[in-house]
Amino acid sequence: MYTLIESLNSALQAVVAHKLRSVLTMLGIIIGVMAVIAVVSLIQGFSNSVTSEFKGLGADSLTIQSYLPRKQRLAGKIAKVTPDDLLAIQHEVTGISSLSPILPVGRFFNPVRYHGRSTTSRVIGTTPAGALNNGTYPDHGRFIVPSDDLRHRHVAVIGVTLINKLHLPADPLGQFLQISGDWFKIVGVLHARGQIFGFDQDNEVIVPYGAALSMQGGAAVPDIAIQLKVNDPRQIDAVTARITQVLRRQHHLKSGQDDDFKVQTASELLGSFTSVLNAITLILGGIVAISLLVGGIGIMNIMLVSVTERTREIGIIKSLGARRRDILLQFLIEAVTLSVIGGIIGVLFGYGIGVLAAHAVPAFRAAYVPWWAVLLAFGFSATVGVIFGIAPAAKAAALDPIEALRYE
Amino acid sequence: MSDAPLLELRQVSKRYVMGDNILDALKDVNLKIAHNEYVAFIGPSGSGKSTLMNIVGCLDRPTGGEYILNGTPVAQLDDNALAHIRNREIGFIFQNFNLLGRANALHNVMQPLIYRGIALGERRRLASQALQNVGLGERLHHLPNQLSGGQRQRVAIARALVGKPSILLADEPTGNLDSSTSKDVMAMFDTLYRDGHTIIVVTHDPNIAEHCQRVIHIMDGRIVSDKLNGKRREARAGV
Repeated sequence: MYTLIESLNSALQAVVAHKLRSVLTMLGIIIGVMAVIAVVSLIQGFSNSVTSEFKGLGADSLTIQSYLPRKQRLAGKIAKVTPDDLLAIQHEVTGISSLSPILPVGRFFNPVRYHGRSTTSRVIGTTPAGALNNGTYPDHGRFIVPSDDLRHRHVAVIGVTLINKLHLPADPLGQFLQISGDWFKIVGVLHARGQIFGFDQDNEVIVPYGAALSMQGGAAVPDIAIQLKVNDPRQIDAVTARITQVLRRQHHLKSGQDDDFKVQTASELLGSFTSVLNAITLILGGIVAISLLVGGIGIMNIMLVSVTERTREIGIIKSLGARRRDILLQFLIEAVTLSVIGGIIGVLFGYGIGVLAAHAVPAFRAAYVPWWAVLLAFGFSATVGVIFGIAPAAKAAALDPIEALRYE
Repeated sequence: MSDAPLLELRQVSKRYVMGDNILDALKDVNLKIAHNEYVAFIGPSGSGKSTLMNIVGCLDRPTGGEYILNGTPVAQLDDNALAHIRNREIGFIFQNFNLLGRANALHNVMQPLIYRGIALGERRRLASQALQNVGLGERLHHLPNQLSGGQRQRVAIARALVGKPSILLADEPTGNLDSSTSKDVMAMFDTLYRDGHTIIVVTHDPNIAEHCQRVIHIMDGRIVSDKLNGKRREARAGV
């Protein structure tokens, strides 16, 4: 036991005695651990914020989207959830407290003009219930109201990004925007939601569902998504079953055919998101394993140099009665000390980078380092130290004392 | 002082084989050294005195013969057992001091005690006591390169003595020292001898050998003479 503490002590002395070299030796480990901690902290922070957003959607929410397996899409099949489906659900399914469509207008980005300035934005049509179902509320002005559709008003609720892009007045209510050729009066500004995966959630214009439908031009039946909330979360399975029944009938699906749509709860959406994150984490794990391998080779290299350099010192302590295992332990602990200190520095720097990046990129929210990542980083660095320290340590321990003492 | 010799070599030989060359560094050496003897191994370089010292100091094993140290046959022991004996029974003093450069005087002297599993506080106490005894009580925290040659050799002597070994083994202890410092170091050896230590000095310098009570001449791997220096006892060994 004493020998262990002694070895640790002398290992620390050796590390401190060659500060620059120690740091350079640790660099591989530092960078590897730093990279993983930075990325894990960002992903976990991101995941936490997304999870809480999904939780905001609540256990009483359902999302209906058209869905076809990739194979059938490649075969030219088309699946749609149509405005008629929306009406059918509205009339035939009970237990729904609020129901709203999401109808994207045109392509993903549509030209939006104001006073000769032009930009592109996502434009979606929805009904007043969309505010509740999607969790988007206006900061100024109002959301879509029932009379907008009744009176075929061309009104728009805009995201804050458009104010900047189009140089709209600070209070843009009452101004007119031209969207795909039609004029819309701004009646509300949405609460800012920030970016997600680099996607600006505030570059958005919301228009009444009816207006959006008319903008389709009637050329084709649009594919919409439907969001809804149920009265009683305990009835969510029953509501899902009923919706499935109605849509299968609407879509004329025979009993052997698969659904061409998906009815998903918030937790199911979250599940698919989490599985993507897990896959990313796994890939990162592989990259880190490689960088730690490289770091380990760096440590072995320096330890071998160190053993040669300290041949005489090894001879001296052998003459003083150090056994093979004393020397083995001393050099092994030195290698492990180097790699673990590298791991500690890597964790600190990685967390620092995560925090900085979280501040710099709004999408990343707060950085968060889970304990398992820290433990894993330490475990990995210590293991690397042992694996790559053993050869130099064995070399040191096997030195002949007389040869070692004679070494110049 | 018992009658049994402290160490005994019987027909000890050491042969080095390097390719086709065979070098007999030691040939059938017989030697007994008792407790509290003050012995010089003297001979020119290449005579085999260093090989003899390495075997006596358990740094090396003979290729033939027997070596009994304190009643234990050590010639065929494994590395760990030899390390154990070096730690307990031998105190080395080298020509170039062989201090650990990164450690201060105190830690240098504490080093051999680590391998005995002595606790830190006790190590510290023993080591500073040993340094006091060689007159370096004021320099415990100096690094070797902050000390003069004579001081370094005194640190080495303190380190050799701190574990209370049976034998002090000094290899050209004054080789790197000027003449006045050499005198100091030899005077210290004389004192240690009077205090009851067993000392073996390996040297090529007759003036150093003068200090010893018994002088063993080595030439071409053999003991060629084994004499008492002056008027003391007859040689016990040497056959």
